Amino acid sequence: MIEINNLRKRFGKVQVLEGVSLEISGGGIFAILGPNGSGKTTLIKSILGMVIPQSGSIKIDNNSIEGKWKYREEINYLPQIARFPENLTVHELIGMIKNLRSQPANDQDLIDLFGLAPFMDKKLGNLSGGTKQKVNLVLTFMFDSPLLILDEPTTGLDPVSLIHLKDLIRKEKEAGKTILITTHIMDFVETMADEIVFLLEGKIYFKGTVNELKKKSDQNDLEHAIATILTEENV
Amino acid sequence: MFKILQYSFYDLVRSRWSYVYFAFYLVLGFALLFLNSSVSKSVITLMNIIIVLTPMIGTIFGVMYFYSAREFTELLLAQPIKRSTIFLGQYLGVALSLTLSLVLGLGVPFMVYGVFQSSEIWNFGLLLISGSFLTFIFVAIASNIALKHENKIKGFGYAIFIWLFMAVIYDGLFLISLVVFNDYPLDKFSLIVTMLNPIDLSRILILLKLDISALLGYTGAVFQKFFGTNTGMFASIGVLLIWTGIPVYFINRISAKKDF
Repeated sequence: MIEINNLRKRFGKVQVLEGVSLEISGGGIFAILGPNGSGKTTLIKSILGMVIPQSGSIKIDNNSIEGKWKYREEINYLPQIARFPENLTVHELIGMIKNLRSQPANDQDLIDLFGLAPFMDKKLGNLSGGTKQKVNLVLTFMFDSPLLILDEPTTGLDPVSLIHLKDLIRKEKEAGKTILITTHIMDFVETMADEIVFLLEGKIYFKGTVNELKKKSDQNDLEHAIATILTEENV
Repeated sequence: MFKILQYSFYDLVRSRWSYVYFAFYLVLGFALLFLNSSVSKSVITLMNIIIVLTPMIGTIFGVMYFYSAREFTELLLAQPIKRSTIFLGQYLGVALSLTLSLVLGLGVPFMVYGVFQSSEIWNFGLLLISGSFLTFIFVAIASNIALKHENKIKGFGYAIFIWLFMAVIYDGLFLISLVVFNDYPLDKFSLIVTMLNPIDLSRILILLKLDISALLGYTGAVFQKFFGTNTGMFASIGVLLIWTGIPVYFINRISAKKDF
């Protein structure tokens, strides 16, 4: 479904992606892991066309995405930091995105699920971080697309919302969708992810299941497995 | 593109500043008409104000909008919308809302004063056209600066400097060069130099229409001699169009390569 070939991206003097090649064949939850600054968000933003790589190619369903925009109709994206125009109300924002995408949306179910009804007429600038993240989730999950890209979806969520989020992600997976997630919460990865893509210093260090990663690093739990990889690399 | 334009436009129309800008022109228009008690004199006074003020407001609003709309832009970039559509839509939203403040703010007092019955209607119309041109040109230049520089303070600094340069410093340098090279034929030189500054160009465009040779100055006289009144006007409108087109083209180019 997604085919990334030798992707390179440099910001000024910092080489963020140093020839990433990755193939994600549809269906399932893929966790993109890596330490801070390893290029997770850059990789995701390249798939979305928000970051323009120096070289390399990205294909979705065998079509190159370079300079295209129509393919984003098939992608739901949850940005890492929920940043919205501050003087819009929640209601206006949701209405605006629906209007711009003109695809059917089930926003009302999600608003009920996350208990956002009392905030609908509030301005986004006045919302707390967690509430903004819920709005972010509504915007992401309200459309029915085969590819979901979630950049740190758990940020700022309370335990109840976290459970709702996990249920939502599972439901999408059962519907046969491909879900890319970046996160630093290993517990979340262990319970949710089918496969792990581990980025280190701008390259793919590991791709496989959670158990394979544990075996490779000779550790029993994922958190330690990853810590082992990182300390070994640093020595 | 129309949807983006619409959102940017409403976003600005709802902000307090476009009302302040609108109210300013409204008060200015009424005050000038009251003090001059003649439409034609008011048009000349207004010209001097508009030619300096519209570029400044266009520059400030353009830079401010593109910086403050950063979140909105990022949200849109993840949606199935073409990049150029997003940025051109935002640009047109800003430029149109400022133009609307200008046209309505001055239009209302002059209409009340009966500009439609007076022979000054075309002069007044041309004044609004050049004000609109200057707004579109300077919003586009400011957008380029805001897109190019992530650092807001730097961006603001450059934008204000460009305005200051075009509105004040340019004329000074031009004048000095005319004095220094007094012994040489300067007709072609001054013709070209005038065309390179949209503010000078608008001034001459309006003065050609008003047909006040006393105010034309050296460059205006050269312009009139070279083109004649009518051709001169069309030529300057043509150059103003080019002046709008170039920065708009660069908005497209810069935004196509930018990372978010």
